[in-house]
Amino acid sequence: MKTRYSFGGDDHIFAEVDEEMSLEAFFRSLSVTKVVKESQIDGIVEVCPANASYQIKYNPDQIKPNDLLAELKSIESAMKNAESILQTRVVEVPVYYNDPWTHETLMRFRERHQDPDSTDLEYAARINGFDSIESFIEAHSGSPWFVTMVGFVAGLPFMFQMVDRERQIEVPKYLRPRTDTPKQTVGYGGCFACIYSVRGAGGYQMFGITPMPIFDPKQEISHLREFMVFFNPGDIVKFKPIDRAAYDEELEAVETGRFEPVIRELNFSLDEFQSGIDEYNKNIGEMLHGN
Amino acid sequence: MGIKIISPGLATSVQDLGRPGYYHLGIPISGGMDRFALRAANHLVGNPEGSAVLEAVFLGPEIEFTTDAMVAVTGAELPLKVDGEPKEIWTSFSVKSGQTLSFEFLKAGARSYIAVSGGIDVPVVLGSRSTYGLGALGGHEGRNLQSGDKLEIGDSSITVDEGRQVPANLRRGLGSSAELRVVPGLYWHRITEDSQKYFFDDTWKVASEADRIGYRFQHGRALRFNERKQPFGAGSDPSNIVDSCYPYGSIQVPGGTEPIVLHRDAVSGGGYFMIGTVISADMDLIGQLQPNMDVKFIEVDIDTALAARMNRQSNMQRIREVV
Repeated sequence: MKTRYSFGGDDHIFAEVDEEMSLEAFFRSLSVTKVVKESQIDGIVEVCPANASYQIKYNPDQIKPNDLLAELKSIESAMKNAESILQTRVVEVPVYYNDPWTHETLMRFRERHQDPDSTDLEYAARINGFDSIESFIEAHSGSPWFVTMVGFVAGLPFMFQMVDRERQIEVPKYLRPRTDTPKQTVGYGGCFACIYSVRGAGGYQMFGITPMPIFDPKQEISHLREFMVFFNPGDIVKFKPIDRAAYDEELEAVETGRFEPVIRELNFSLDEFQSGIDEYNKNIGEMLHGN
Repeated sequence: MGIKIISPGLATSVQDLGRPGYYHLGIPISGGMDRFALRAANHLVGNPEGSAVLEAVFLGPEIEFTTDAMVAVTGAELPLKVDGEPKEIWTSFSVKSGQTLSFEFLKAGARSYIAVSGGIDVPVVLGSRSTYGLGALGGHEGRNLQSGDKLEIGDSSITVDEGRQVPANLRRGLGSSAELRVVPGLYWHRITEDSQKYFFDDTWKVASEADRIGYRFQHGRALRFNERKQPFGAGSDPSNIVDSCYPYGSIQVPGGTEPIVLHRDAVSGGGYFMIGTVISADMDLIGQLQPNMDVKFIEVDIDTALAARMNRQSNMQRIREVV
């Protein structure tokens, strides 16, 4: 990994930590941007971490592009051996896989799909070597995910699964993007899961839907009153498969203002995680329900 | 007391200078696409430069005033009338309660900024009154204006005279073609040397997909990629990258065919490679481009970009002094 810097016009610096996706690249991006924020360099307007890169927007009237670049390089080199520890939270997200709404939508856009004769779940399971959609859902919901980027549109989390590369699920995006995706669809493209925060266009494969709202510009929903966007880069997500009855129940809880997501605090260590991935993930799973 | 929308035009929204600070959560800056025109309009009616105004595109709205106010319209060449009597653009004029502001057909440019003394008073959301339609956030109910909408006007402490005007030599000229200056970079190395040359040699046309999120361009030669094994997580198309942030003004080229320049309601990130960024001084100009216009991209370095930025700022400074 060697960070490549580039000017994005006269008011952005773009830094690609690595060309390929990995938890290490994400951690580097997250830790550098955290220090950049804390350093309170004059002229910085926005600090945006992404999956394996990050971007700084600045006011060139306040700091010269080359001066900011030098600052970023020195921050990065001072962090070469920084411990990869992250104070974060684990969030359980209920998912109704294979639900009727994403199914209706994917059927409407079948001609834009690589495999018009199967569903998105069937297609993803097959090309990733699973013998059934049940075993695919088990893999998808069995190990947790890092929110490695929030964006595209307001509040949409990109998530990268916390497993070794051999077990990463990979699927292409639709051949041509859909013009419609139900709100709160759990999607997949490349090596990333996502949750669509609003209804709209989209190119990711659709696996299911969550009853849990993640963006509320009116700030009326119980868990979004303090801030309209739920996710932050660095959050850990564990999907919990639910059936139609549980989905309807959760939805009613949302509508009547009683919904509260299951959240636990976690001091995440990348080294500890890497020395025993399955054990670490098992503990994360138990944290959520081991009160 | 304020204004009532009789007809909304094509896509009229409340905008100010935007909402910085939330791009890392996918909430873009929004705000006027032509900030120069927005600032000037406010200046003409005695508002602080960042007050909320109406941004109309291609087709003007029809607005009934329910209060007396000073008004100015800047930006596109969109002729206007008050109760049928023509008024000048880039010039302040008074409107009495009960009168109606309307527009004729667009002559040049794309976006008009309608400033009212006191400013459009919608709730401030995350530090701004700007509308971000995709997120149903800010502005009037998070959306473009509709017939029957009623908007409040803020209190105006400063009164200015009618006939305050931005001199013609300080307005931006709006021709039938445009040049956009670009600093190459980001994933510029992904395309061949020939393609790097063609991108700047070719004349592009503004496509019909041209809105607050971004402007698409067509009719230049398709870009060819340097061969590589696609990195893990990037996706199989050579124009794909591991999803990254998108700078404002960045030029992405999905599939290598039609460049898209992201603007103030930008999607904050995604998986398409970018070949460079339009300089900050030329972002306003994009807001005045019409579909089918010829556009050339001009290669510049960062020092030229900074000089151009200074130049635009001194233009604004002259308006502050002269008007």
